[in-house]
Amino acid sequence: MTLHHTHTHMLPVQSRRIFFNVIQMKVALFVPCYVDQFYPQVAIATLELLEKLGVDVVYPESQTCCGQPMANSGFEHLTGGCNDNFVRNFSGYDYIVCPSGSCALHVKDHLHATDEKAAKEIRGKVYELVEFLTDIVKVENLTSRFRHKVGLHQSCHGQRGLKISQMSELVSPPFSKTEQLLHMVQDLELISLKRQDECCGFGGTFCVAEEAVSVKMGIDRVEDHITHGASYITGNDMSCLMHLEGILRRQKSSVKVIHIAEILNSAE
Amino acid sequence: MEQKTSDHAILADKFNQDIPRVDWHDKTLWFIREKRDKAAWQIAEWEELRELASQIKNNVLDNLHDYLLEFEKQAQQNGVTIHWAANAEEHNCIVHSIIQQHGVTDIVKSKSMLTEECHLNEYLQKQGITVVDTDLGERIVQLAGEPPSHIVLPCIHWKKEEIGELFHQHLGTPKGNADPQFLTAAAREHLRQRFLTSRVAITGVNFAVAETGEIVVCTNEGNADLGVQLAEVHIACMGIEKIIPQRKHLGIFLRLLARSATGQPITTYSSHFRKPRPGQTMHIVLVDNGRSERLQQESFRNALKCIRCGACMNTCPVYRRSGGHSYQYAIAGPIGSILAPSLDMKNHADLPFASTLCGSCTNVCPVKINIHEQLYDWRQVLVKNGHVSSVKAAGINGMAVVLSRPAIYRIAGAAGRWFMKYIPAIVNNKFNPWYKQREMPAVPKQSFNEWYRQNRKENGKQS
Repeated sequence: MTLHHTHTHMLPVQSRRIFFNVIQMKVALFVPCYVDQFYPQVAIATLELLEKLGVDVVYPESQTCCGQPMANSGFEHLTGGCNDNFVRNFSGYDYIVCPSGSCALHVKDHLHATDEKAAKEIRGKVYELVEFLTDIVKVENLTSRFRHKVGLHQSCHGQRGLKISQMSELVSPPFSKTEQLLHMVQDLELISLKRQDECCGFGGTFCVAEEAVSVKMGIDRVEDHITHGASYITGNDMSCLMHLEGILRRQKSSVKVIHIAEILNSAE
Repeated sequence: MEQKTSDHAILADKFNQDIPRVDWHDKTLWFIREKRDKAAWQIAEWEELRELASQIKNNVLDNLHDYLLEFEKQAQQNGVTIHWAANAEEHNCIVHSIIQQHGVTDIVKSKSMLTEECHLNEYLQKQGITVVDTDLGERIVQLAGEPPSHIVLPCIHWKKEEIGELFHQHLGTPKGNADPQFLTAAAREHLRQRFLTSRVAITGVNFAVAETGEIVVCTNEGNADLGVQLAEVHIACMGIEKIIPQRKHLGIFLRLLARSATGQPITTYSSHFRKPRPGQTMHIVLVDNGRSERLQQESFRNALKCIRCGACMNTCPVYRRSGGHSYQYAIAGPIGSILAPSLDMKNHADLPFASTLCGSCTNVCPVKINIHEQLYDWRQVLVKNGHVSSVKAAGINGMAVVLSRPAIYRIAGAAGRWFMKYIPAIVNNKFNPWYKQREMPAVPKQSFNEWYRQNRKENGKQS
C-alpha cells in the first residue's frame, strides 16, 4: 500500500513537506454509520482531505458502526457482534481516523472484542480527524478557502472526552485544535459565542427520549450562533450538526451546517 | 420511599410548555455557573485543589470505618451523644425520640439534604411535630408545600413576584409587594418568633472532623447558628461520608465549597460545633442509608465524595431546562441522577438517561466525581436488571443484529436509511419524536460506501 507517484507529484508545496512525515502510515478511514447513510459528502471530504495531505488512506468496506447507539442506551452487552466486526475491519493499521469525536471516543473508551488484544491496539490507534491532523500529520498550513462567517460548535465528546479543545469549566490555559485548523482557512471569519462550549442536546437516543429538552437545547445553541452572525455552523461531529440542521431547517433559517472536513477540503 | 408518578422526560416536557420560564430558569442558573467560573479563576491552583480534595476523599472512603470510630470517640469525649442509623426510618425514629424526650412539638431546622433524603419533615409531621425550615429558600418551598428544586438554592424556580404572593397568603405581607429586601425582612420577622420559642434545633453537617469530633455547618444566613444557640437541644444529622480526617483539610474543602456553589469566596458563616454549651445537649445522628453498600461498588463509590455544592446542577444544560422537580428526588441534577438509583433502582431508572453525557458536570465537580461516566455505567446496570421498556429493548436488539452484519447493514441502509427506520421504534411513538420540532436529514443519492466502491475501488485503488 504505497502512494502512486502521480499523487506525490500533484501535491501542493506545503503538503509535500508533510508527505515525508506521513509516508509510512497505513491509515484506515472509519466512517460513522449515520455519516455513511446521510452525509456521504462528509466522508468524501475527509477522504479527499487526507489524500491531499499525502496520507495513504483506505476505507475498509465491511465496517458498520462503533456500537455507541446501543452502549449509550445501556446495552453495551449487546455490542459484541458489532465490536468484532469493527476489529475485523480495523486491525493492522497504524492509525484509524474518524470524522467524529463521539465515535472515536466511544471506540477509545469502550471497544472490547473476542480478540481483545486487537481491540486494545485499536483503542490506542483511533483518532478523530482534527486531532489526527494537528497531532500526527502536524498540518501547518492548508490551501483551503471558505468565504463565510462561521460559528464553531464544540461537540462534547470530542472536546471533553478527547480534549480537542480546552473546556470552559477548567482553570487551565486555552487551546483549540479545531480553531488551529480553521485559522489556516483563507477568508474564513470565526465568530465568538456567548456560551462557547454548551452541549447542543443531541445526546444519541436522548434526542428522541428527551425530545423537549433536546430540542430546547438545540434551539438555544442555534440562537447563540445566529445572534453572533454565523452563516455556517461547523463542528467535528455531524450528529450534533444533524440535530442543529433539523432545527434550522424547521425554522426556515438560511444558516447552514457544515462539517469541518468539508471546510478544510473546500477551495471555493 | 415516595413513588414516582411520572418520568423525567414527561415532566421536562411539561416544564418546557412555558418557554419564557425555561429561558429565565436557564439564564438564572447559568449566571451562577459564570460566577463560579470567575471565583475559580481567582485561584491559580484551583485544579490542584480539586485533585487534593478528591484524594482526601479517597483516603476517607478507604478508611471510613476507622475515621468514623475516631470521630465517635472524640465527639463523645466532647460530651456529644452519638447515634447510628442504618437507614432513613431509623434516622427519623432517633430524631423523633430525642424530640419526644424533651416534650417538644415545635422545632426549627436549618438546611440538611440528609433530612430531605430521609423525608424527616413528613415523618415528624405525622407524629404531631411541626418543623419550620429556617433557611429562607427552604421556608419558601415549605410554605408552598413543595420539595426543594436545588440543593443549594431550594427555591431557584420561584420568581420574586410569586414569592410576594406566597408571603401575602401565608405571612400577611401586602399584596403585590415583590421587593426582595422587604420580603426578606418579613421572613426574618416571621422566623425570629420561631427561633425564640424553639427548644430543639436540627442542623445538617457539611464536614465532620474525625480528629476533633467537631462538625462544621456552612450557611449564608446564620440560621443554623441562631437555631442552635437559642435551643436547649441541638440535633445534627449527617451521612457517614461527611467525614474529613483533620481540621486542616477544611482549608481545602471550604475554599472549594462556596466557590463551586455560588461563586462566593466562602459562605458567610462556617460554624464549628464541637461541644454543647453548659445546659445544652448535643446529638449527632450518623446515617448509612445505602452508603456502605455503595462503598463496595467500584463503579459508583466515588459519588460518596460529594460535598453537595450543586455546581453540577448549575452547569447541567438538561437540569437548567427541565427544573429540579423533574428529577423527583431530594437531590436533583447530575449528582442526584447517580445517587437516586442506588437507593431505589426501579423508581429512579429514568434519571441516568436524563443526560446527554456531555461531561460538564464532571469538570465542575470540586471533588472530581466522574459523574457522566457513572451515568453511563448506571444505564448498563439498569438495563441488565430489566429496568427498560420491552419496546426499547426490542429496538436495540434489532440494531445489534444489523450492525453486526455488514451485508444486512448495507441492505437495510439502502432499503430505506435504517437510521430513520429504527430510531422511532426505540421510543415507541405513534409519531416520530425527531420530526416533532426538527426536519429529518435529507436522504442522499448514495451512501458513502456505495460512492467509495464506485469512485475509488473501481478506479483501481485496492484496500
